[in-house]
Amino acid sequence: MKTTRLTAALAVLAFALAGSAAHAQGTLRIGMTASDIPLTTGQADNGGEGMRFMGYTVYDGLINWDLSSATKPSDLVPGLAVSWSVDEADKTKWIFKLREGVKFHDGSDFTAESAVWNLEKLLNDKSPQYDPRQSAQGRTRIPAVASFKAIDKYTLEITTKVPDATLPYQIAWIMMSSPTQFEKVGKTWEAFAKTPSGTGPWKLTLFIPRERAEMVPNADYWDKARVPKLDKLVLVPLPEANARVAALRSGQVDWIEAPPPDAVPSLTQAGFKIVTNAYPHNWTWHLSRVEGSPWNDIRVRKAANLAIDREDMKELLSGLMIPAEGFFPPGHQWFGHPTFKLKHDVEEAKKLLAEAGYGPGKPLKTKILISASGSGQMQPLPMNEFVQQNLAEVGIQVEFEVVDWNTLINIWRAGAKHDSARGATGMNYTYFIQDPFTGFIRHLQCNLAPPAGTNWGYYCDPEMDKLFDQVRNTFDKEKQTAILQKIHEKYVDDALFLMVTHDVNPRAMSAKVKGFVQAQNWFQDFSPITMSK
Amino acid sequence: MLIYILKRLVYVTPVAIGVSIVCFLLVHITPGDPLSAILPSDATLELQEQMRAAYGFDKPLPVQYALWFWKVIHGDLGTSLATGRPVASEVGRAVSNTFILSTTATLIGFTFGTFFGFVAGYFRDSWLDKLASGISVLGVSVPHYWLGMVLVIIFSAQLGWLPPTGAGPDGSGGWRPDLEHLRYIILPAITMSVIPMGVISRTVRALVGDILNQEFVQALRAKGLGEYGVFKHVVTNAAPTALAIMGLQLGYLLGGSILIETVFSWPGTGFLLNAAIFQRDLPLLQGTILVLAMFFVALNLIVDVVQTALDPRIQRG
Repeated sequence: MKTTRLTAALAVLAFALAGSAAHAQGTLRIGMTASDIPLTTGQADNGGEGMRFMGYTVYDGLINWDLSSATKPSDLVPGLAVSWSVDEADKTKWIFKLREGVKFHDGSDFTAESAVWNLEKLLNDKSPQYDPRQSAQGRTRIPAVASFKAIDKYTLEITTKVPDATLPYQIAWIMMSSPTQFEKVGKTWEAFAKTPSGTGPWKLTLFIPRERAEMVPNADYWDKARVPKLDKLVLVPLPEANARVAALRSGQVDWIEAPPPDAVPSLTQAGFKIVTNAYPHNWTWHLSRVEGSPWNDIRVRKAANLAIDREDMKELLSGLMIPAEGFFPPGHQWFGHPTFKLKHDVEEAKKLLAEAGYGPGKPLKTKILISASGSGQMQPLPMNEFVQQNLAEVGIQVEFEVVDWNTLINIWRAGAKHDSARGATGMNYTYFIQDPFTGFIRHLQCNLAPPAGTNWGYYCDPEMDKLFDQVRNTFDKEKQTAILQKIHEKYVDDALFLMVTHDVNPRAMSAKVKGFVQAQNWFQDFSPITMSK
Repeated sequence: MLIYILKRLVYVTPVAIGVSIVCFLLVHITPGDPLSAILPSDATLELQEQMRAAYGFDKPLPVQYALWFWKVIHGDLGTSLATGRPVASEVGRAVSNTFILSTTATLIGFTFGTFFGFVAGYFRDSWLDKLASGISVLGVSVPHYWLGMVLVIIFSAQLGWLPPTGAGPDGSGGWRPDLEHLRYIILPAITMSVIPMGVISRTVRALVGDILNQEFVQALRAKGLGEYGVFKHVVTNAAPTALAIMGLQLGYLLGGSILIETVFSWPGTGFLLNAAIFQRDLPLLQGTILVLAMFFVALNLIVDVVQTALDPRIQRG
């Protein structure tokens, strides 16, 4: 009896091994870091990764990101709107001319009414299509929007609370779902999630929660140049980093997001490509400017910035970082020309500290909040210890308060004055800095201190506020860029953060993946990709 | 007997209520914010407070508990915060996946466990015994998530024979025991089987040794029965205990294994619990723990009843 069972088991094993899976040509399978398939109804959750894979794939915004270039930071391009402009007489009034002839995946037309319906889904809790889940994701993205209406079939008017030239960046977040499909599936978002319909280059064909999503090209996509070349795109959530590497190495997926840095050498050796590029992300210490904080003294802030040996840290991370030269990555269109250079200069740092009243006999002691791990945090423990060591060399003794990532987020929301901050004078936080609001305004505008916003350190400088106002009131793109550069120069020259590094968004992929252009953006375009045999 | 069963059912009720209170409180006293599952990380405190009210997390705990309990006794485990899907359907799917994995693992463990046990028991103190016992000791002492990772490195990453993660080529949807799906279950099932294998093997070894030393075996041999005939008698005598142990092990494995299911991304209850913990998805966490806890309450009840039916002396007051 034993032997027959064993033989049977062995036979099953042999069969299984012989039948190695044959995959359809032109299928790209991606291992994501998210633990679930991001929300499929439009306004995706799971942060930047969710929008990358489930937002701009199945859906479009009125305005999209140009993701075609790897060499320059990406900018906005027309999406479902062909043009937009502000009313010369009333700078709170915006007119969006919409693209004609665009159809949702269910075949219905995209019109100004659809756009209004979608804004209501996020902002009007009385509307039948209001969705708290999408609202939680989308509402914070469009703080400027006061009201909106359809002027005619292809003209949309949006009114802002105050003049705000950053509106286009905000609108680029908002994904357009199909009102007709919502009606068809019985007016529930739960049903819509299973058979979603957008206007994007990909159609969702299979959705198994927590396990798998499959998409096929939308052959009727309005932008013919961006009709996907692949047969199929498959998303697999693999939150465990080692499981992702194993899945890639065994050929179960062709592409993984965020391979752990210590797996990079062996992956390269095994013939996998490691793709990296700059993108609007930074790894900083957000400094408290509450009364009594040592960081209120610019000499201390500058000294700390000069104490960091960023090149050495790069070695620590197997080269997977870009040393900070400012708050934005070097080469960014808003970088400008700051005069304060973020070099490693221990002597200068000591000198500045001495001027500020600290020295060998009187070290500066302070407490910083850090997390043990978290989305976008890179490797917070070794990196912060590295910074701690650098600072100790110039006479800044830092004690860490290590908290879990979600706790850190809550402390960040609550602000430096809150009890939960435990008297810390700074926090290690990584930022998504893609547009003027997420990049600059939210961190430092006076009236955005908690609870109204996330100016964690209660920084307030009327001069900076004036610059922010100018950004909002400058509707000419070039002039606006010049002001954004001025803001960045002030960020760096006043050493407003401890600016350490930028992530390079590493992804590892099989050599079969061709045609991928890693845009300098949190989002990516999967349309030009093909798979070689 | 019927009265006994009814009595036991009455006793189970306060236990079940107690379990539900513990489930509810445990997840609420742990640090972390349930809203982190649904809010973008850069949402403001203001929006967070609004959402807290919208989801009812601003109400006092007893009120939250009462609302939740009322729904639970009506069969509604609530809605997952992170996914917006009903908890009951999520847990149901996970339970069926864990069932597939744990029964396969138990079968493998039982097959190899009894095999090694018989070999060791029959050839006691020989090198075969030492080898078989060595394997079973290793089985119970090796950390299985470690074993899982090693198997993945060898059979998936290096040799590329078996897929390292997932439940099937298209996920767990439409699972059936065909070759394509069996390839996915081999590694996690083997990893999970080492503990029952070790336990069963050691039990069987002791049993076989005992049976072989009993007088009836000597009598059988004295009467001239061949070795195969004796073997059949040993099997018949050892089977009930071995099967009982197997049943117990299956019970343990059905609880799901967070570590193994996470290493292999197997979409069972352990994997679900892990996801719920990391996303601070309170309704999902409460629902999953409650279902698992109730499963053990039911299991104990059945064991008590069956035991009493078999041997009325052990009737529990």
